[in-house]
Amino acid sequence: MPDHTATPTETHEVDHSEELPFWRKYLISTDHKVIGLQYGLTGGFFLLFGFCLMMLMRWSMAYPDQPIPVVGFLFPSTGGIISPDHYNIMGAMHGTIMVFMGVVPLAVGAFANYVVPLQIGAIDMAFPKLNAASYWCLFVGSVIMVASFFLPEGAAQAGWTSYPPLASITAGHGQTFWLVGMVFLITSSLLSAINIIVTTIQLRAEGMTYMRMPFFVWSQLVIAFLLLLAFPPLEAAAFLQFMDRVVGTSFFLPTGLVVSGEVADISGGGSPILWQHLFWFLAHPEVYVLILPGFAIATEVITCNSRKPLYGYKALIYSLVFLGFMSFAVWAHHMFMTGMGTTMNAFFQTTTMIISVPSVIILSCLFLSLWGGSMRFNTPMLFALGFLPMFGIGGLTGLPLGLSASDIHLHDTYYVIGHFHYVVAPGTLFALFAGIYHWFPKITGRTMNELMGKIHFFGSLICMNLVFFPMLIQGLAGINRRLYDGGAAYADQAAVIDPGFYSHAANFLHLNKIMSHSAWLLGLFQILFVINLIWSIRKGKKVGRNPWEATTLEWAAPSPPLGHGNFDSPIKVYKDPYEYSVPGASRDFSPQFEEKEGS
Amino acid sequence: MSAIEIPYTDTPRPDTGLTNAKLGIWLFLASEIMLFGGLFSAYILLRVGADVWPEGRDILNVPLATLNTFVLITSSITMVLAWASLVRGESNKYRLYNYGTLLCGLIFLIIKYIEYSSKFHHGLFPSESTFLAIYFTLTGLHGLHVVGGMCALAYLQFFGSKMWESQPARFTGRVECAGLFWHLVDLVWIFLFPVLYLM
Repeated sequence: MPDHTATPTETHEVDHSEELPFWRKYLISTDHKVIGLQYGLTGGFFLLFGFCLMMLMRWSMAYPDQPIPVVGFLFPSTGGIISPDHYNIMGAMHGTIMVFMGVVPLAVGAFANYVVPLQIGAIDMAFPKLNAASYWCLFVGSVIMVASFFLPEGAAQAGWTSYPPLASITAGHGQTFWLVGMVFLITSSLLSAINIIVTTIQLRAEGMTYMRMPFFVWSQLVIAFLLLLAFPPLEAAAFLQFMDRVVGTSFFLPTGLVVSGEVADISGGGSPILWQHLFWFLAHPEVYVLILPGFAIATEVITCNSRKPLYGYKALIYSLVFLGFMSFAVWAHHMFMTGMGTTMNAFFQTTTMIISVPSVIILSCLFLSLWGGSMRFNTPMLFALGFLPMFGIGGLTGLPLGLSASDIHLHDTYYVIGHFHYVVAPGTLFALFAGIYHWFPKITGRTMNELMGKIHFFGSLICMNLVFFPMLIQGLAGINRRLYDGGAAYADQAAVIDPGFYSHAANFLHLNKIMSHSAWLLGLFQILFVINLIWSIRKGKKVGRNPWEATTLEWAAPSPPLGHGNFDSPIKVYKDPYEYSVPGASRDFSPQFEEKEGS
Repeated sequence: MSAIEIPYTDTPRPDTGLTNAKLGIWLFLASEIMLFGGLFSAYILLRVGADVWPEGRDILNVPLATLNTFVLITSSITMVLAWASLVRGESNKYRLYNYGTLLCGLIFLIIKYIEYSSKFHHGLFPSESTFLAIYFTLTGLHGLHVVGGMCALAYLQFFGSKMWESQPARFTGRVECAGLFWHLVDLVWIFLFPVLYLM
């Protein structure tokens, strides 16, 4: 229990940690803040890396079979032309990298590690060594994934979903590397999930009851449960596919499978659908792992910058927990086209409609939190405000996909791509940007540049919509996903079969160029973000420990928080997390850690 | 390198009644159950979808597996006794019982090795049929868990046992967590045995 004499000893420990050599302090650190930053840098790097893959792919879609300018040396075997094989590799790895090595490490690894212990008033995570181990598992998994690019046949190319039989029979070792890499990434997530749950339950400061925890902590708690329970089945599936590829079993290979015109030499009797069940049993909760950090960060930023208590705190918590439970019962809505039968389809389409209710409650509460607030339109707030309608588009475009009748038309088209990118790219990524701008002063003691931040926001907002909205249009016109030429060959075929029907795809092919140029422009705006990040570490405006005048516990710590122990004074919690503009008070915020106003 | 002490590593937090490690290990067990749950579901789906499914007892060695079941159950008993000895402060008895658990684990692995090698000798490889594939995958993964559990117990028997002198409560907690994992490994086998060998 904290007492009032702790300050001198902790100062002493800070001095002690300053003496540590660089590699002990930053490479094998067990401090949750350093590990959080390691996660953040890794996640940020891979987001950029995955985005670069996509910028290359967009060349092939806009200008198929033409040599790529400037970076043609990346494809020496084809003279700078992106071949369909190259495209498949980049497509599969773009998805894998963005989801498992980009967004999850940044949104869960970095933000949960850095912010959750601070927000509950803990001195560190419950298991600091385990925390370091989970980061290094991620690192090893990432190295394996990146190494697979340098294999003779290249990296995995059967899509990020790795559906068998294709994934089981693709030549080369890329897919095997993918499976081994995934096992490491999954182990990393499992360990960090255990750590986050135990930390949240066990290390809350005095007075921090469950219903006084900030919504961010609640979200990370639910996310950790999703990771903990949903990832192991994918690990099991990865083992099985590994056996199929390496030992020659037939878990996912049906009897009489024909490969390149010949019956494959396998025992058969396996089920490709089994993989899809195991995969989506993970991957649907994973969708919520991707989006809940978005809600969580948007909540913190919006409440703080509208100077108003969060609307419907309890409704939000209950919706969140219900959403977590339901996310385990919707996975087969990804599989309406597999011939599961109408009963199964009806069941999963019903659960899918049910799970949209808590999502709508959460989004509505966030909108209502804005009502009547005295808003500050700073960069984090702009990104959080951008998140709301962008996620709204992503969510609403999901409804036709969740209904099995309309999904038949839309399945595997660009509409699906547009839908989930709206959720994750201008959705989650915007919230992550908001989080970075919001917590940057806590990490460095300086704010990020507002002008560069605003240019970054408006540029990204416009470009993202120009990239993703045309996808919805193309998808409705029937253009399939995963085509290296962006649908040109498909449109030609349609013209051969039915000339009168020609226009339905061909009329929308010109959008490919708009999307590609917007994607490259989007890349320019991200460079500005990286410049802002580096510039602000050195030159940003110096601020105190609570620059946003926020109420949650992390703002009670010095900026940056102390090396070990975080807080320089004992922490006790006296009230609810979002007490802004309390009637009669002299200030418009009343922090959780202050018993009386201004104390 | 951490100069600070994380709270509740050896004493339970009053309002939750748990130490960090105990909560952590239960969460880990939950994820293990999901892992084996996923594999058992795969077994059910493959078996339901198969045209013919062999009787396990025709292919596999039921007497050896029965013996192995008893070996593992015995090891769970010695595991509990080892922990109970520590709670009473009798570290000598703990060492003895822990040796018993390790020995049982070793016997289990030897018997498993005999079973595997006779299968390979008869040309029964995982690639032969889906039944053999799931048999080798499930028992192999379970065997890896036995090895993992034995590593933890061996650590607590030798290098890790110094902690008993300095922090007895924390050491007892560690043995308890290792024991919980060991019981799960045992429990998985108790499901594997009828599912693969008898049904």
